[in-house]
Amino acid sequence: MSGGWSAFVEATVRTATPLGLAALGELVVERAGIINIGLEGVIIAGSFGALVGATHAGIAGGYAAATLCGVGVAFAFAIFAVWLRADQIITGTAVTLLGLGLAGTLYRAMYGASGAALTIPTSRALAIPILSRIPVVGAGLFDQPIVTYVFYLMTPCLWWWMYHTHAGLATRAVGESPSAAEAAGVRTNRVRLWSLLFGGAAGGLAGGTLVLAQAGTFAEGMSAGRGFIAIAIVVLGRWHPLGVGIAALVFGAASALQYVLQALGLNLPYQLFLAFPYLLTLVALAGVAGRVRAPAWLARVDEG
Amino acid sequence: MPAVSELRMGRLLAPTLIAALVVATGVLLAIGGYDVGRAAEALVNGSVGSWYAIGSATLVRATPLILTGLAVALAFRAGVFNIGAEGQFLVGAAAAAAIALTLPKTPSLILILLALVVGAIAGAVWAWIAAVLRSRFHVLEVISTIMLNFVAAFLVSYLVRGPLQEPTHVYPQTESIVAAAQLPRFGPTTRLHLGFVLALLACAVAWWAVRYTAAGFRLRVVGANPSAARSAGKIDVDRVTTRVFLLSGALSGLAGAIEVCGVTYALYENISPGYGYTAIAVALLARLDPAAVIATGILFGALEAGAGAMQRDANVPSVVVSVIEAGIILALVAADRARAMRTRSAVA
Repeated sequence: MSGGWSAFVEATVRTATPLGLAALGELVVERAGIINIGLEGVIIAGSFGALVGATHAGIAGGYAAATLCGVGVAFAFAIFAVWLRADQIITGTAVTLLGLGLAGTLYRAMYGASGAALTIPTSRALAIPILSRIPVVGAGLFDQPIVTYVFYLMTPCLWWWMYHTHAGLATRAVGESPSAAEAAGVRTNRVRLWSLLFGGAAGGLAGGTLVLAQAGTFAEGMSAGRGFIAIAIVVLGRWHPLGVGIAALVFGAASALQYVLQALGLNLPYQLFLAFPYLLTLVALAGVAGRVRAPAWLARVDEG
Repeated sequence: MPAVSELRMGRLLAPTLIAALVVATGVLLAIGGYDVGRAAEALVNGSVGSWYAIGSATLVRATPLILTGLAVALAFRAGVFNIGAEGQFLVGAAAAAAIALTLPKTPSLILILLALVVGAIAGAVWAWIAAVLRSRFHVLEVISTIMLNFVAAFLVSYLVRGPLQEPTHVYPQTESIVAAAQLPRFGPTTRLHLGFVLALLACAVAWWAVRYTAAGFRLRVVGANPSAARSAGKIDVDRVTTRVFLLSGALSGLAGAIEVCGVTYALYENISPGYGYTAIAVALLARLDPAAVIATGILFGALEAGAGAMQRDANVPSVVVSVIEAGIILALVAADRARAMRTRSAVA
């Protein structure tokens, strides 16, 4: 069964990587008191950017373009949420529509006419010496595309940044009490903007991961609700970097269970397996959401 | 000093953004190598170019948009962010199709009524899941309704490939519903059906109820200020939001049922080209006013009908409409905020 276990760990990490990246980015945004419901639009922009970048400048170009596109969409959100202090739920919903629509339109305009399914090179797995030799879990955890290691590293780095640096403290202060932060000399809008741009970069990278490390191609709507699942993972991770990193892996594992169930040969409709991550999100949120404390100022609009 | 620049921006922002949007879309299409003139012609011809286009394309498209737009408007009015009209529409369509397929011998009037009512109930049940998650488990309804949209899409996919698949088991769709279950049309040459009138009626009743009834008053108060509604008005906020959520789901489910009984006569996977998402733009453009939803629903119906023609005649991808929809929402939000800021700086 070790082959089966390996496949299970591999599927776990595969699901967790883009979700974890996007969720860690959203975590910083939410700790600064803003909820970017437009994360879905950020992710699909990243996916499309990855396609364009990779066809012109290789895999590295793909990741760079994905990150930039994510930042661009997040900046559009920031204009409304930070500068105009608009309702974040409505703006975020519009940004999601905008991202999905723009990516779809541009994709059909730039590539659709040819009719051929585009394939682009995917980034190779990079085995980490020694660690990747660990029996059962080694290959699944440590013989992965490079973005997976970015996710692994980002989790402790963010924890350190958030709790041991001045900038991290300022970000948390803005999310808890912007007026107190302002009084202490924190430039609240600047903190919000940088948080959003970081969240955009991470979300764009997550979208790039789908194209460059997994599918090897772009499809309209391929973000498939991952932006919203990532927002749920921030809640499941209790707004803490380590919690979010672990929650992404746990979610990945739970959703990889569908492959185990399929392998058991249960005669269930395949749509049930496809719906599984979404049902899982609902159940997990129902179990956790009421019992954790969100940043005090989350999604509130200050009139200052 | 920043107040001055905000003031200038406020007056110009919405028209500027909309104009920029149109120009940008045109430029985008021109860069993509499309014939912009031909696309514009197709857009107009396909939506308002003839009586046939108005009745059989624009108003037929507008019907589900008016109903789902009304559903979203009422929910948002009460502070319930129901982004789930899409999923509620799908389960409503599925339920109506199931009724029409299993009871083909029922007299026409009863069968149609039954299909529409069961469709509405199915939509309400789907919304009820998110309502309970919100009121009892504090789950943000934006997330839960989106998740339920995906689940509903997979449910329809399962139904049309499983229990409800047409008898030859070749195509992923149901067989056509019997004529007795089909909504009557306004004449032999038009595709416009009775559902359009039902949509108008729903808006009229909702407009009156929101304005003149106690329930409508509670809805508005809860939406405007839930804590004041609770403390000063002794209103059970959770009960009001749950009811609005159910009503919103029922309207979206009804929209799905009407689409099956009035337009498609069958259930298949892509039965909704994103009506539930367009509904958000419809509702916001109507400023959440049930009567104005009729106008904005028809506007977006024309836009979608025109976009369909644009794709056929000028090969322009019809997803471009969702860019325009998103742009309209953002332009409105920006205009509102700019106005609010202007008012505040005038007071100060």
